[in-house]
Amino acid sequence: MATVSLESRPYEKVSDHDSSHESVNYLNHDHSILSWLLTLDHKRIGLLYLVTITLMFLLGGALAGAVRLELLTPKGDLLAADTYNKAFTAHGIIMLFFFLIPSIPAVMGNFVLPLMIGAKDVAFPRLNLLSYYLYFAGSVIALTALLLGGVDTGWTFYTPFSSTYSNSYVVVMAVGLFVVGFSSILTGLNFVVTVHRMRCPGLTWFRLPLFIWAIYATSVVQLLGTPVIAVTLGLLGVERTLGVGIFDPRLGGDPILFQHLFWFYSHPAVYIMILPSLGLISEVISTFSKKTVFGYHIIAFSSIAIAVFGFIVWAHHMFTTGISPYAAMVFSLLTFSVAIPSGIKVFSWLATMYGGSISFDTPMIYAFGFLGLFTIGGLTGLFLSTLGTDIHLHDTYFIVAHFHYIMVGGAIMGYMAGVHFWWPKITGRLYSEFWGKLSAGITFIGFNFTFFPQFILGYLGMPRRYYEYPDEFQVLNVFSTAGASILAIGYLMPMFYMPLSFFFGEKANSNPYGATTLDWTDTTSPPSPHNFEKTPVVTEEPYNFHGKEAAVVSH
Amino acid sequence: MFEEFKWFPDQASTVAPEVDMLTLFIVVVTVLITIMVGVLTVGFAVAFRRKSESYVPAPWFGCVPLEIFWTLIPVLICLVMFSWGVKVYSSIVVPPADALDIYAVGRQWMWKIQHPEGQREINALHVPIGRPVKVTLTSEDVIHCFSIPAFRVKQDVVPGRYTSMWFQATKAGTYNLFCSEYCGTEHSRMIGKVIVMEEADYQKWLSEGAESGQALQGRKLYTKLQCVTCHTGNAEAKAPNLEGIYRKHIPVSLIDGMKVKDGTKVFADDAYIRESILYPNAKVAAGWESIMPTYQGLVTEEELLQVIAYIKSLNQGQTPPRTEETPTPATIQNNPTKEVK
Repeated sequence: MATVSLESRPYEKVSDHDSSHESVNYLNHDHSILSWLLTLDHKRIGLLYLVTITLMFLLGGALAGAVRLELLTPKGDLLAADTYNKAFTAHGIIMLFFFLIPSIPAVMGNFVLPLMIGAKDVAFPRLNLLSYYLYFAGSVIALTALLLGGVDTGWTFYTPFSSTYSNSYVVVMAVGLFVVGFSSILTGLNFVVTVHRMRCPGLTWFRLPLFIWAIYATSVVQLLGTPVIAVTLGLLGVERTLGVGIFDPRLGGDPILFQHLFWFYSHPAVYIMILPSLGLISEVISTFSKKTVFGYHIIAFSSIAIAVFGFIVWAHHMFTTGISPYAAMVFSLLTFSVAIPSGIKVFSWLATMYGGSISFDTPMIYAFGFLGLFTIGGLTGLFLSTLGTDIHLHDTYFIVAHFHYIMVGGAIMGYMAGVHFWWPKITGRLYSEFWGKLSAGITFIGFNFTFFPQFILGYLGMPRRYYEYPDEFQVLNVFSTAGASILAIGYLMPMFYMPLSFFFGEKANSNPYGATTLDWTDTTSPPSPHNFEKTPVVTEEPYNFHGKEAAVVSH
Repeated sequence: MFEEFKWFPDQASTVAPEVDMLTLFIVVVTVLITIMVGVLTVGFAVAFRRKSESYVPAPWFGCVPLEIFWTLIPVLICLVMFSWGVKVYSSIVVPPADALDIYAVGRQWMWKIQHPEGQREINALHVPIGRPVKVTLTSEDVIHCFSIPAFRVKQDVVPGRYTSMWFQATKAGTYNLFCSEYCGTEHSRMIGKVIVMEEADYQKWLSEGAESGQALQGRKLYTKLQCVTCHTGNAEAKAPNLEGIYRKHIPVSLIDGMKVKDGTKVFADDAYIRESILYPNAKVAAGWESIMPTYQGLVTEEELLQVIAYIKSLNQGQTPPRTEETPTPATIQNNPTKEVK
């Protein structure tokens, strides 16, 4: 957004292309290892997360590879049954709790949130570092559980299997998730306070970039939802170690109670993963179309609406458990309510592109991919909110395909768009557009190749979490595994060209895309340790591409 | 691998065509929307591609009629899907009153099935064509899920309680029976077959090799487990008469040890009988002391189903006579019975 400084200063001062070269920035002001490990700078903490979650993503991806390879043939031949069960469990736990949940909030949120609102840092920088170390400690505990022998309960930990029957390291894993949960809670708390208290002068709520609205809604969900899973895992640990009857009917407990508690967090957790992507895509589409976001207020409120509705739809994971048919009907209807704000967002993005001046930079290609995959993922959700069809599709590969379209197609495409979008800001360098676009294209094709056949597999009735399967399902599984190898290439490419660009990439100016938000208009690339030379003052609504400053800047 | 491949699952129950019609409707709607979004995205990307670096398009902040349009249309579509979904769901969850009763117990990692006529089978379920079948389900250990894709139905099988599902097969053949709730190491081998037979074949199958009826097996347990000692059905009774109680509303005095107000009744269904055997103090029949010992750990889920089948079949004056080889349960011998009404 266009801004005026407290004192008038020449425009060139922030945007001249060699500003990042000589000047002190957050990357070069101190090179010691300790200055990274004990940093209180939100930008450096964001990078710590970036590195750690990328390692977790590689691990989770390797496990997915093992699962897909096993499913190439109907017979269980590559892995032992227990190993397979532990592999998909570890894949789910790592990807959800250690990659997707911290992905956009902890990496992009940490790096960008203070920059976007004109703040020097988040509200509680020390708490922010503590959040990172809680995440790190949780990861170490979880990896310890895997090294000890793994967990075979599925990431859902359904009782009484997890509480009584499983002979794996459930309690160790639960402790790891309990700890990492607090990282999420504290990050949420930090961001909520930051958005309330740290906005720069003139930056009213309705001048906030939509990414901030999305991160804000996400943070509220993290803050309110995560304690529930922490308590639930605590109860699971108590039952498993002390034999207190909570969930196991043999001890007088109720196994369905666990599912209610688990999904009360884990459904909103899906929105922790996808909401930040939705906000981020608004930024990308607007910037690369050079147009203000169509229906700004509606999009902002739809983020809040999705966050609120997310808390009242959990029992749609439980339609086949034998819950009351009337409860099922209510939850089915409520579930449809999530579809409406999601649809509004998609249509508003299309309207944003309409009449724009659209360029095809890598983040925009990822955003196009996001649009396609999120649309399919969202629409296939309609089959599952509809009671009559959910009964047949529940716990089949249709579910697997659906949530991968949302959480991989949606959330990770959005995350990749974000990493590419802010990479020049983060590093002060430009990555190779050729390799960037190629990886976005390969990811999109590989993704559809992997997961689209699973919709059909699900309708044919193939259950989830099967290590062996009847022969008639093989053709589609072969397609899916073949697609997964393409997808893997799409994901691995950025692991090479991005780090390379960090050292050899062309230098980026402060605002290579002509974006309008403060992170681009008022900071250098990379930003100085304290972000802004002068506290920015905002005087108008976001996404004004006609503003004096924004209009001048281009590639 | 291509020979066995099919694009569409077998459609072998009365609800399957209903589910498929609804699915087809949602497929058409969602494919149209996907195509629309895809065409618009690609179309806009091409039509409005950046032609000049300096050109800044005029902003478009919103358009209320358009926004109302794309809010209301999806709301309408969703309401249609919801209502149609509820209609199909009602067909799936409400069994007809005359359904044939079959019982299934899941355990790691097999299905054990009992027919009222006494046939028992493992990982196979024989059913007649054209007759509604209601399956009452429970589990001995963890949660399983009884899933028959060709019938488009599934139901979780939860330990500690009864759940049920029903279907009416329309096509003879053999279909997959999957466990579709993850249950441990051999989850993917907890697969059975549903064999749909013509009525005559089914009757023939029922008569082959059945030891005795399920209720008869239950009757043996009724004396073996010493139920008959107290539930004598005559003046010596120390416990309520069980004749004809099935699916009746019976008065209770205590629920979980708490006195309830006079006239409180509970519905004596399978779940109530099961609970009364395993947790006798949960709901105590009015007019009787709570002296019954628990049978937890003394009776398996399968045996419970047989006892319930027997109690179901028990009519006026049919309680078997007490025999001396079935001594009174120890806990009751220690209780003076004089206070008992």
